[in-house]
This record gives sequence, C-alpha cells and structure tokens, in this order.
Amino acid sequence: MEMPQPNLEILLKKAKVAAALRAVLPHDAVIDDPSETRAYECDALTAYRCPPMIAVLPSTTQQVSDVLKICHHEGVPVVPRGSGTSLAGGALPTADCVILGVAKMSQVLETDYENRLIRVQSGRTNLSVSGAVEEEDFFYAPDPSSQLACAISGNIAMNSGGAHCLKYGVTTNNLLGVTMVMMDGEIVEIGGGHLDSSGLDILGIICGSEGQLGVVTEATLRILPKPEGARPVMIAFDSNEVAGACVADIIKAGVLPVAIEFMDRPIIEICENFAKAGYPDCEALLIVEVEGSETEIQDQLDRICTIAQKHNPVELRQSQSDAESAAIWLGRKSAFGAVGQVADYMCLDGTIPVSALPEVLRRIKELSKLYGLRVGNVFHAGDGNMHPLIMFDANKEGDLDLCEAMGADVLRLCVEVGGCLTGEHGVGIEKRDLMEDQYSASDLEIQMAVKDVFDPGWLLNPAKVFPLSVSESRRAS
Amino acid sequence: MSAPLFPQDEAELSAAIIDAAGPLQILGGGTRTIGRISEGQKLSTAQLKGIVLYEPGALTLVAKTGTSIADIVTALAAENQKLAFEPMDHRIMLGTEGTPTLGGVMAANVSGPRRIQVGAARDFALGVSFVDGSGQFLKNGGRVMKNVTGYDLVKLMAGSWGTLGVLSEVALKVLPVSETQATLKIHVSYWDHAVACMSAALGTPFDVSGAATVCDAAGGLGVIIRVEGFDASIRYRMTELKARLAKFGETEEISDPWAEVKDLPAWALLDTVWKVSVRPTDALNIITMMKELQKDYGFSCQLDWGGGLMWLGLDAKQACDLLACIQLHTALQGLVAQLGGHATLMKSDILSKQDIPHFQPLSRPVEMITQTLRGKFDPRGILNPGRMN
Repeated sequence: MEMPQPNLEILLKKAKVAAALRAVLPHDAVIDDPSETRAYECDALTAYRCPPMIAVLPSTTQQVSDVLKICHHEGVPVVPRGSGTSLAGGALPTADCVILGVAKMSQVLETDYENRLIRVQSGRTNLSVSGAVEEEDFFYAPDPSSQLACAISGNIAMNSGGAHCLKYGVTTNNLLGVTMVMMDGEIVEIGGGHLDSSGLDILGIICGSEGQLGVVTEATLRILPKPEGARPVMIAFDSNEVAGACVADIIKAGVLPVAIEFMDRPIIEICENFAKAGYPDCEALLIVEVEGSETEIQDQLDRICTIAQKHNPVELRQSQSDAESAAIWLGRKSAFGAVGQVADYMCLDGTIPVSALPEVLRRIKELSKLYGLRVGNVFHAGDGNMHPLIMFDANKEGDLDLCEAMGADVLRLCVEVGGCLTGEHGVGIEKRDLMEDQYSASDLEIQMAVKDVFDPGWLLNPAKVFPLSVSESRRAS
Repeated sequence: MSAPLFPQDEAELSAAIIDAAGPLQILGGGTRTIGRISEGQKLSTAQLKGIVLYEPGALTLVAKTGTSIADIVTALAAENQKLAFEPMDHRIMLGTEGTPTLGGVMAANVSGPRRIQVGAARDFALGVSFVDGSGQFLKNGGRVMKNVTGYDLVKLMAGSWGTLGVLSEVALKVLPVSETQATLKIHVSYWDHAVACMSAALGTPFDVSGAATVCDAAGGLGVIIRVEGFDASIRYRMTELKARLAKFGETEEISDPWAEVKDLPAWALLDTVWKVSVRPTDALNIITMMKELQKDYGFSCQLDWGGGLMWLGLDAKQACDLLACIQLHTALQGLVAQLGGHATLMKSDILSKQDIPHFQPLSRPVEMITQTLRGKFDPRGILNPGRMN
C-alpha cells in the first residue's frame, strides 16, 4: 500500500510545531519523543505502520481548535484518531503528520431521557455510551464488534454499523448532532437535539467522511429504551443456497429480526474447535435473534421456525434460556479471535444484495482455490454485509500481497453483483485504490469537491479514501 | 417564458441543464410549493418514470424519480411491503394539484408520523443518481443497505430541494407491512401533560410507531399512541401502555387516525402554517410564546414525533394583522434558533409577498459551508436558486 512521501519541510519544522502545540496544551498532551509516538504508528490494520511526527491528546473542543489552528498555519497534515480500532487504516499516520487523538475526551455532557438523547465528548467508547444510560433502561443502538474499545468519533467517521443494525440502523441513523472543528480551527455546531435539517443535510455528509472534513469533538446521539428481552434461534443447513433462501423468506414474511448472522462451513469448524459452542456439522449456520416480551419472542421465533422448516434444516435450535442464548452466540462472537488462532487473516466487509448471496459465496470459493488461500465467511445476512476472512501467513514471503490481491478480487465481485466495497469499516487506505472500481471519475471528483469545501488545503487525513493518483493535485496544492 | 421541460431520460435531463440559459425551476409533481419558488423555466422529472428493480426479499426498490408515490405504494403493497417513513401528501394542506413523486419526496426529505420510530425519508435512501448544475450525471451510494464507500452524498441530496442537482433515480429500503396496528388515545388537559405522556410512551420498550396530539371539535386535547406488529404482540403492548399512561388521563382505543395526522386535511383552511422541529420538551416554550404573542387572536397547534414536530397555524382571522404576523414569524424563528431546531413557513397568504426567510436562517459557519457546497454542485447557480432561503 503506497503512502505519500513525507514532506521534508514539515519534518524540519517538528520542534517549532511541537513548541507551538505545547503553548496551547497541557505538557503531557503533546507527544513528540520517537519512542512514544510509536504507540500511534498503526490502528487495527496492523500490516501498515508509520509513527507520526507528533501526537496530541487534547481534552476540550477549544484545545482541538487551538491545535488545528497551529497545524493549519504551519501546513501540517492532521490525522484524527479515536481509539485506533479501524480495520481499514483510517487512523494510519504519515511521518509528517500530527495525530490528533480524542481519547481524553470521554465525558458525558448531558443525558436527556425525556427527549431520548445523550450528548458526549467524541472520545467516549461506544459501549460506555450505553453504560451511561443503562440504569434508566436505555441503550445506544449501533454495536460494532469493537464496541468495548472503539470511540464514538471513529463510529461517526466510519458510519459504523453492527450486528443489530438490521432493526436499528447504523450510526448516521442514530446521530442527531455534532460539534465539529474545521481544519482552520473554526468551531461549528451542526444539528442538535431536534430531528432533520431544514438546510442542507451537512450532518449526513460528516457522518462517514472518515475524518476528512473536520474533527468531531462532541456528539448528540439518539438513545432507545431497551427491549424487554431477546433470544436467538440457530438454524443449520446443508447448503449456502438454502440458507440464503431462508433469509429472504424470513424477511419477506414480515418478521423483522434484530439480527440475522450467517456463517459458512470453514468458519463454523474453526469457531467450534475454538469455542466448543456445540455447533452442528453443516454447510451454513444462521443465528436469528428477535426481541420483545417473552410471549412476543416466542411468537416470532415460532414464525421463523415455521419458515425455516420449509427449507429442511439439518438442525434447528431455539434458545429457551439466557444460557442457551449465550451458547448460540458464543461461536459467532468469538469468530474473529478463533480465526486469529489458526492463521493471520484479512477481514473484508463488502456488501451485496441479499439475492446475490449464493453466487457470491460460490465465486469466493473459486477465488479461494485459485489463490490457494482459505476463506471463511461470517456476515450480517439480513443486510448483505459480508465479512469474508481471508487467511494467510504473515511470515511467508508474498503471502500478504497474495491475500490483498484476492481481497481486491472479492471486493470487485461485490461491486459487480450490485454491491459495494465496504459496508461498515470504511475505505481508509485498505480500499482506497479500489474506489475507481465502484465510482466513475466524476463521481469521485464531486466527493473530492466536498472535501475542498471543508478543507481546501487537504490537510485532514489527506491520503485516505481517494486513490493517491486521483487526489494528487489537491494534496500537492 | 419557455414551455416546461420534461426530459424522458438522463441524457435529455443533462442536455436540458447544459442548455439552460438562466435559472431553472426544478419540479417533481409540483405538489410541494414550500419555500421561495424560483423564477425561470420549469424542468420536471415527471417523465422519468418506472420501477427499475424491486427485490422484496432484499427489502430494496429502485425507481426513476418521476415515478408516482402511488405507483410505488401499489407495487409494494402487492408484496405486503411499504414505505416505512410514510411520506406526507402535502396536496390538501397546501391546496396544490399534481402527483407526488419519489423525486419530490426525496428532494424535500418528506416523512410522516412513523419517522419517530424508523427514521426519515433520508434514512431509507440507499443510493441516488442525479445531474448536477453543470449537467454532469453522477451517482452515489448504491442499492445495498449498508454502504460506507466514500462520502454519503445520498444524505446531502435528500432534502436539498433540487438546489444541488436534479435527482433521476433513487434506491430505497422498504419494510414489511405490519400484520395489524392499534391506537391508544389519552385525554389530557394541558400541553405539558401531552408532551410528558408522549415521552413516557416513547420511553417504554413497546416500540411505539406514532406519538401525536389531536384536538377534538369541542377543543379537548388528546394524545394518540400507535403500535404495530403481530396481533398477540399488539394486545400485550396496548395493555401495558394503557396501564402506564393512565396517570395522564382517561384512555381509550380508537380506530386508525393516522392519515389525518400525516396529511393535515383540516389545515387546508388555514392562512398560515409553520412546521417546527425542536427537542420535544422545547415545544412547550414555543407554545408559551405563541400564546403570548397571539393572545388576542389564538392559533392552531398539533404535535407529532412525540413533540419533536410541531405544526402551528393561523386562520384568516388570526392572521389579519400583517405586522403582527411578520413579528410572529421572526420571533418564532428567533426562539427556535435559540432552542436549537428549525421553523419553516409552509404556506401563508399574508406573508407570501414579504421579504422574510421561509426556511430557518443558518448559523454563519453553516451558511458559509452551504454556499460553498452549492457553488461546487451548481456553479452557475441555476438550480432552484433561492428556494431554501
């Protein structure tokens, strides 16, 4: 993965920039010792690393504004960072950048149960937002699998989803407002506690803009009353096609589960070996979860089971208790860790129309044979968001390149069948060079024109999202 | 003035924009006469017609923007599905004619009572195709439910009232029709009780899909709460809601009132109507101000979205004093700016010729961003200029 050459002029200014930053931040909030900046050299896409020139950890919106004013004045690129859990390299530094981490900004600023919202500093972790409203039986719905660690700032940057977004939507559907600092230091309030915008939906483009338009420091989020209960059913099939058809029938029948998770044979076997969840020997496994009161849950599960029975499942296991629910989820929830035990892996997240599921799984299998790399598929089937895990050996020369080449082919396949490169992880650097497979030159040009509006000098996270050759003239200006 | 343009396809749409000598008035069915209607040649998407793709099992429908909402609803109903955001039909309230189209609904981000539960029109738009002010044909998003590939211009286009580009195709997420629904009415005495009652209902785990107020002919105030789903579940939730909301007033189950809440037919008779979006509890501050400023005349009010959406109206007698009306409009947008939210003038005989902002004025930095964005999408400033001012 190519990154731009660091700007020598900026590197030579390091001491001056660090001194300016120390003048506006507490002493320990500016990190410029190379032994310490290394802590920020990568995010969860660990194959790529580069320590930043300086890292700063402001505590307030005003401090973020002060930092950005300095960087703007000195022409220093800024890479915003939440908790560094991006799987797409969204927070990967360049050697000449300032990493702006919001980790110290984790306060709850307001909880308003009557109006069902919470306002937090953006460094707060996803799960601790729910934690802050739990005692009143509310929760924050988007639930990316990294929710224990990932920050709201990163969720907003990537428009993160999660297993339960089939019912509750992704970040953009649960975000009411932000306080954002523009690259020139100007503080802007967008949205708030009300719904929708009467002007252009600026909030809508900020969410998912991968930290390229501004640094979000505070967010107003919609919170929801917790459902009374939730329980899954596990349904095993002897082919991916039949499992796919069952998913479509469940959706068509008007039952709207909160989650429909799909695992294929390689993943089932790896998860079973790892977690001993008691999964059956089968080709495809669905975990379908519904919510409500005890009777509502039973009613919905009965409807789902009736539909599933028509597809002759190998096994159908309705959870009757919390312990059984946990057992059903255990394998799925440990999928990434389990694969990590047997191999290095790359996790893709292309999304496809649900109807294309069987074809895509068949062709991924062919690609797996062609490249000689194992692939397991675990994904959110209700919305077509795939997570093929391509396994490789990082210590074997050329294996990472091979894996990346295969990953690119899988993502091109997703686009070919009417889907997209990324459903919830973001483009970052990982999918940056594939953007031209999904978008025409003019489609990319209009997106870059949006960045021009917010950050005319292209200093915010400049080497991400758009292929370097496409953004070159802008970054050089 | 030249005859209206009705492009038949995207190529003709693009050519019409490239060839435009001056401002264009962009229309779908022309039923939403909100904002300052621009001068200029009419350009309608009404002939860009047809459902391009419909996959019920994937909850996805793609259609050209001139397709009527009625045709989409009919196609969906055949598969027992619906537009979950239940877009308002503005024709009766605004006294307009024509056919509401998909393009119009998206360009104006039109939602109905269920917005409080499932989201707005913009939340159901998966992808858009459009032609910008330079005549370029552009696409963003796609037809899958989760997509974070590049910037989300789908949201930006939704609610942009044709000022950034002319939508030609939209991909939508659709949802199954609920097996049944029920509505609980709670008779309340005061507006603050109404808001508290709606907040209490929306704070339960019973998946409330509508929370609004109604005023009966005798002037009594009521809160209506809707639940939807499978029959057994509805019975259970209605029982629970009745028990929890009884403290706000007498409760009764009533037959489906939601079409009137959504389309406001009774508001056709009013002279002036505002749509206000604020935090639900802030609606009470606005009612207090309205009572003060209109103490000699009175006004109409309906809350929806748990109080987050307010409809305020004046009949001809209540809107008889021009200066008072201008003052009221300014005070309303001023208070809303202070509280956070927006107030839009939906229609007004008395105010229509006045030089006042129909849409909520934006903060200075947001106005700057907005103007610069417009410049990128429509460098000649020919697409519905001034519509959102």
